[in-house]
Amino acid sequence: MHIMSFSERPYFYVPEEEIIKNGSSYFGVPNTFFDAQKGSQLFQEYFDERVYAEELGFDGVMLNEHHQTPFCMGSVMDVEAAVLARITKRVKIVLLGNPLPVADPLRLAEELAMIDMISGGRLVPGWVRGAGSEQIANNINPAFNRERFNEAHDFIIQAWTKPGPWRYEGKHFHYRYVNPWVLPLQKPHPQIWIPGLVSPETVVWSAKRRYPYVALATQLEPTVEMVNLYADVAEQEGYQAGPENFGYLQNVCVAETEEKAQELAKGFVFGGGFGAFARAEWMFPPGYNSKEATRRLAKAFADPRTGTEIIRFTPGKVDVETVKRSIAENFRSAMEGGLIIAGTPKTVLKRIRYMLEVLRPGIFGIWYHHGPMSFADRMTCLRLLGEEVLPAMREMAEELELPGPYEVQPGTRKLPPTGKRDPVVGVATAA
Amino acid sequence: MPTNAQEWREETLRVAGTELSVIQGGTGNAVLVLHEELGHPGWLRWHSELARSHTLLIPQHPGFGKSPRVEWISSIRDLAGFYARVLRERNWRPIDVIGFSLGGWIAAEMAACDAAQFRRMVLVAPTGIRPPEGCIMDMFIVAARAYLDASVYSAQDTPEFAKLYGGEQTPEQFEAWEDARAETARLAWQPYMYNPSLGPLLEGVTGLPTLIIWGKQDQIVPVSAAEVYKKAIAGSELVVFDHCGHRPEIEKQAEFVERVQRFLA
Repeated sequence: MHIMSFSERPYFYVPEEEIIKNGSSYFGVPNTFFDAQKGSQLFQEYFDERVYAEELGFDGVMLNEHHQTPFCMGSVMDVEAAVLARITKRVKIVLLGNPLPVADPLRLAEELAMIDMISGGRLVPGWVRGAGSEQIANNINPAFNRERFNEAHDFIIQAWTKPGPWRYEGKHFHYRYVNPWVLPLQKPHPQIWIPGLVSPETVVWSAKRRYPYVALATQLEPTVEMVNLYADVAEQEGYQAGPENFGYLQNVCVAETEEKAQELAKGFVFGGGFGAFARAEWMFPPGYNSKEATRRLAKAFADPRTGTEIIRFTPGKVDVETVKRSIAENFRSAMEGGLIIAGTPKTVLKRIRYMLEVLRPGIFGIWYHHGPMSFADRMTCLRLLGEEVLPAMREMAEELELPGPYEVQPGTRKLPPTGKRDPVVGVATAA
Repeated sequence: MPTNAQEWREETLRVAGTELSVIQGGTGNAVLVLHEELGHPGWLRWHSELARSHTLLIPQHPGFGKSPRVEWISSIRDLAGFYARVLRERNWRPIDVIGFSLGGWIAAEMAACDAAQFRRMVLVAPTGIRPPEGCIMDMFIVAARAYLDASVYSAQDTPEFAKLYGGEQTPEQFEAWEDARAETARLAWQPYMYNPSLGPLLEGVTGLPTLIIWGKQDQIVPVSAAEVYKKAIAGSELVVFDHCGHRPEIEKQAEFVERVQRFLA
């Protein structure tokens, strides 16, 4: 199993009220709340945490990228990855992911190749469509989001593998001269992992290309559906999906005592947490969703009380206290539902075991903090994870037979002779 | 869609290499009506009034409503070229035209390219020109409903406002709006809702009687753009309604119909 550490590298000094007053949205909080001194200090700490994660035995350090938001300071993730490439020695540098539609694909092919070079072949590139707000932040036409994603993907693979120089004329990208000198060290190119929020279109796309799919802290039920969908497509493609094809990112907060862990875990819902990433109108800019996704959304957003309110309006006037109460309520339900796991190592292992038994992932990301949390507490959390949680997880992975994508090459498992796939999700024995 | 179905019918034409859904109603000389960026808003009172003496032809732009997307159309100028082909193939030229907002921009692009395809042109708060003061409201960073709300000066004093787009935000309506927003994004994402070459090209247009109608309090396309249009199109007439937003056809419905009737008579 491939176990990696993750945090959004948030800038958590924005007063929570400001996020709430902004319509419960990190995106759009004025950057006058950014203090450069504090930002710089946070970057130093975040790098230290990743070096420490390597010392503790994590297999990977995962980064992500969001633009113009205190939710994540890594707006140019490749810069951080380049630093990590040089200051770490062993861990995989897992980028989940570069938003392809907003990238210059040739430039991205070069950046990633350099990171793979500098790290000695430790890069795991991962590619995403990017949240709706990334399209706005980069002024990239959301109506062409999926087209640009597909085209950029195909182009980068070619740029890494097709001998140059050559000329490229696509729909959204054009290059007179393609001949990148620095190519990835890993041949023919590094493994590519696809993170996402279980949108069926992306799951199918990944399964067709035999790319591992990593679900990002999604609800268990749709995640199980996603795993099954992936395995069905794999069967059509002629291979048996296995743990090496699946990843899951889980909120886990560990501390010396139950009480402290519970308190620190509240950071995951700071300002509304994941649910307050961006307002609806920024999450779903025009044309960003497929017709099918729009239809799903129309149903999902229909207000059962009136039947008329489809996309929640940005409230003109926000009652901060009411929102805070609902955040506290969401925290309770996220804890009860297992979206957030918090406690001492011994307690969190029970729920982690449950997740491993049900989802059977070969990749497991531990998202270990989000809101305000001191450097000392973050380091303690990492230490406890490394010293107590990781060894136990490795034993579980062994027992449950959950190989990661560097133990079994994704997409190489044969289907049973019947041509019908074996089950991919499991049944929980743990509570 | 509104209820008074007896006044109009919807027909799918096979034209310009695609299928084009056209709403038609009325009697008399044909008037081409080019709808706005959220799609055809439904058959309203001004349609009924004007249809007494004119045949209204209201195509749903490719990618809007029931008309399928056309892959090669990627700008408003492309769309103007498409409609030029439609007019040729249907023998509709020269024709009277009324364009609303984005539809006004299409009409202006067509006029700039070949003014002879129109007899007379009515532009109602058209986009297409960068306003010298203020900015065109960005529909892509707000919900469709918020954009709609901003389009009238006073919803309370606009009886027909509630009837726009059928008046309800059902899942079907939501989907239709999302389609319209997506297609508008494909056509006009950047520069947003204008074409820098439109102004200079319009200056070459002569002999096309043109009526420009605007609301003084238009929050979608600032009225400052009206003067640019007026200056560019030789001999054009500008009417600005006070206490009126982006939808004079429903906000100042009687005056609007009266001005347009007189102009097209």
